[in-house]
Amino acid sequence: MLYREAGQFKASYKEDQQIFPIRQDRIAIALILAFFYLGVPYFASQYWLQGIMIPVLIFSLAAIGLNILTGYAGQLSLGSAAFMAVGAFAAYNFVLRVPGMPILVAFVLAGLCAAAVGMVFGLPSLRIKGFYLAVATLAAQFFIVWALTKFPWFSNHSSSGVITAQKVVILGYVFETPEAKYLLTLGVVTVLALLAKNMVRSSIGRSWMAIRDMDVAAEVIGIRPMHTKLMAFAVSSFYCGVAGALYAYTYLGTVEPEGFNLDLSFRILFMVIIGGVGSIMGSFLGAAFIVLLPIFLNISMHMLGDWVPQGLASNLELIVFGGLIIFFLIVEPHGLARLWQIGKEKLRLWPFPH
Amino acid sequence: MQFFFEVLIGGLLSGVMYSLVALGFVLIYKASGVFNFAQGAMVFFAALTFVGITEMGVPFGFALILALGAMILLAIATERVVLRPLVNQPQITLFMATIGLTFLVEGLAQGMWGASVRGLEIPGIQDEPIEWMMENTGIGVSKFDLFAAGVSAVLVVVLAIFFNKTRVGRALRAVADDHQAALAIGIPLQDIWRIVWAVAGLVALVAGVMWGARNGVQFALTFVALKALPVLIIGGFTSIPGAIVGGLIIGASEKLGEIYIPPFVQSTFGIETSLGGIEGWFPYVMALIFLLVRPEGLFGEKHIDRV
Repeated sequence: MLYREAGQFKASYKEDQQIFPIRQDRIAIALILAFFYLGVPYFASQYWLQGIMIPVLIFSLAAIGLNILTGYAGQLSLGSAAFMAVGAFAAYNFVLRVPGMPILVAFVLAGLCAAAVGMVFGLPSLRIKGFYLAVATLAAQFFIVWALTKFPWFSNHSSSGVITAQKVVILGYVFETPEAKYLLTLGVVTVLALLAKNMVRSSIGRSWMAIRDMDVAAEVIGIRPMHTKLMAFAVSSFYCGVAGALYAYTYLGTVEPEGFNLDLSFRILFMVIIGGVGSIMGSFLGAAFIVLLPIFLNISMHMLGDWVPQGLASNLELIVFGGLIIFFLIVEPHGLARLWQIGKEKLRLWPFPH
Repeated sequence: MQFFFEVLIGGLLSGVMYSLVALGFVLIYKASGVFNFAQGAMVFFAALTFVGITEMGVPFGFALILALGAMILLAIATERVVLRPLVNQPQITLFMATIGLTFLVEGLAQGMWGASVRGLEIPGIQDEPIEWMMENTGIGVSKFDLFAAGVSAVLVVVLAIFFNKTRVGRALRAVADDHQAALAIGIPLQDIWRIVWAVAGLVALVAGVMWGARNGVQFALTFVALKALPVLIIGGFTSIPGAIVGGLIIGASEKLGEIYIPPFVQSTFGIETSLGGIEGWFPYVMALIFLLVRPEGLFGEKHIDRV
C-alpha cells in the first residue's frame, strides 16, 4: 500500500536514469542516512560505535571493493586483505613523510597506491581466470605481507612492522572520540558507496558485467577486456586500500602486516558471498552479518555457560562460517541482498498476493 | 657444491610432501571437475583424527584403519551435503563451497580433538641421517625423508594400478573424460564421486601422517597444504605425474631460493636487513610467472579457460 510506484511518471531521461527512481526509496534512504548520521552517534554506546559500527562500515567498504572485482567483473580474488594492508601502510607513510599532508588526501593517495599494486597483480587475469586467478592472487596476499614485514622503511623502522596511526586531524579538529571517528568513517563510506553504486550502473559497470558473463562475447561487442579487467582490479583495490587506511586510522589505531593475513581475505570473501555476489547493498548486509555473528555466538555461549565444553566456541565459529557459506551457495546464491529484494517485491504487492 | 646437493635433496624430499597433497587435488579435479580447496583441511583433519585415536591407546595399524574410516565418512557426507545440491553449478561456485568446507572441516577437527600441537611418531622410523651415505659422500639425507619418498612412490604406483587396471578405475577415468557419456553408459556418477573423495581422503591421511610425523600435527599444516596450489599450476591440474614433478620442482626451488636468492639480492642492491623467509611466497610467485608462460602446466591438458 505504502510502497507503490504507480503514478510516478518519468518525463525526462534524467528522471529515468536517477539512482533511486522510486520516491519511497528516496525517502527511505534519507531516513536511513539520517538515522546513521544523527541517531546512532547520539544513542549508541562507545562500545557499539568502536567495536561494532566502525568495523562494520570499514568491512562494508572492503566488501564493496571485492564485490566490484568478484561480483561484477567475475574475477575471484583471495588477496583483498593484502590490498587493505597496502592502503594502511601507504596512508601511514604519506602522513609521516609529507609535512602538512591532509588526512583525507592521504586516504585517497593510499587508495591509489593500492590500486597500482592491484593492477600489477591483476595482470595475470588477462590470460587466466577462475581458480587459476585465485591462486595468482594468493601470491599477492603472501608477497605483500612479507614485503611489508621485511622492508623496515614501510613501518618507519619499528620492530616487527607494527605501525601506530597518527592522530586524525581535519581543519584543526582532532578526531579522537568514537563518535567523531564513527562519523568520519561513515562519511567516507557513504561517498564511496554512492560512487560505487553509480559506477556499477554506468557504462564501466556494464562492461564489467559483460566480461563476467561471457568474456568472448563482450570482446566481440567492442569491450576491451584488458582495459576493463585492469580497471576492475584498480577500482577494487582502491576501495580495499581506503578500507585498510580507515582500518588503521579509525578502527584499530595500531596495525601490523600479519594482521592482514589470509584469514581476513577469506572473511571479506565470506561477506561478499553471504551478503550477495554483485550487490552493493549486499556488501553492507554481509559485513554486518560477519562482524555480528561471532559476537552473537560468544554471547549465546556465555548464556549456555559451563554446559559448553572448553575451546568449542572458537571452533564453533569456524564451523558456523563454513556451514553458512555452503548453505548460502546452495540455497540462496545471491545472498542476503536477494532476501532484501524479495522483501521489497512482496511489499510492493502487499496486501495482495499477486 | 656438497652444500648445494644437500639443499637440493632436502628440497626434493620436502617436495615429495607437497606432491602428496597435490595428488589429492588432482584426483578430485580429474573425476569431478571440482577444485577442492579443502584438501589441506582434509590433511589436517586426517592427521588430527589419527593422533587422537592413537592417544586413546589404539595400536598404530588399527588407528590408521579407523582414521581411514573417518575419511570415508567425511567423503560420503561431503558428496551428500555439498556436491549433490551443487551439481551443474559453475566451477567457481563449487570452488567457493570448498572454501566453506575448509572452515567447516578445520573447525570440526579442532572441536573434536582440541587445538594443541601434537607429536606423531611412526614406529621404527627416526628422523636421522643415513650413516653410510654420510660417510661416503658427506651428504646428510634423513631416513625419515627417504621413507616418506618411498611411501609416496608406493602410493602413486597403487593409484596408477587402481586407475588403469580396475573396473572402478576405468569408470573413474570415463567420468573424468565426459560426465554425460559416462552417465549414458550407466556409470553411477554419485558413487564415483564418493569413491574419489574417499581415495583423496586416503591420500590426505598418508600426507597428514607424514607431515605430522615431521613437524607435529598443528594448524600450520593447512598452510603447508596451500603450497600444493602452485604445485598444481606448475604440474597441470589433471596430471598425476604433473603433481609429482611439480611438487619436486616447488620443493627444490623454494629451498634453493631461500638459501641463494636473499643474500644475492642483498649484496647486489646493498640492502642491510635480512630478506629471508621468502619460502612463504616464492612458490606462488613462481606459479604466477609460470601461468604467464604456460598456463596449462607442464603435463596438463592443452585446453584451459583462456581469455
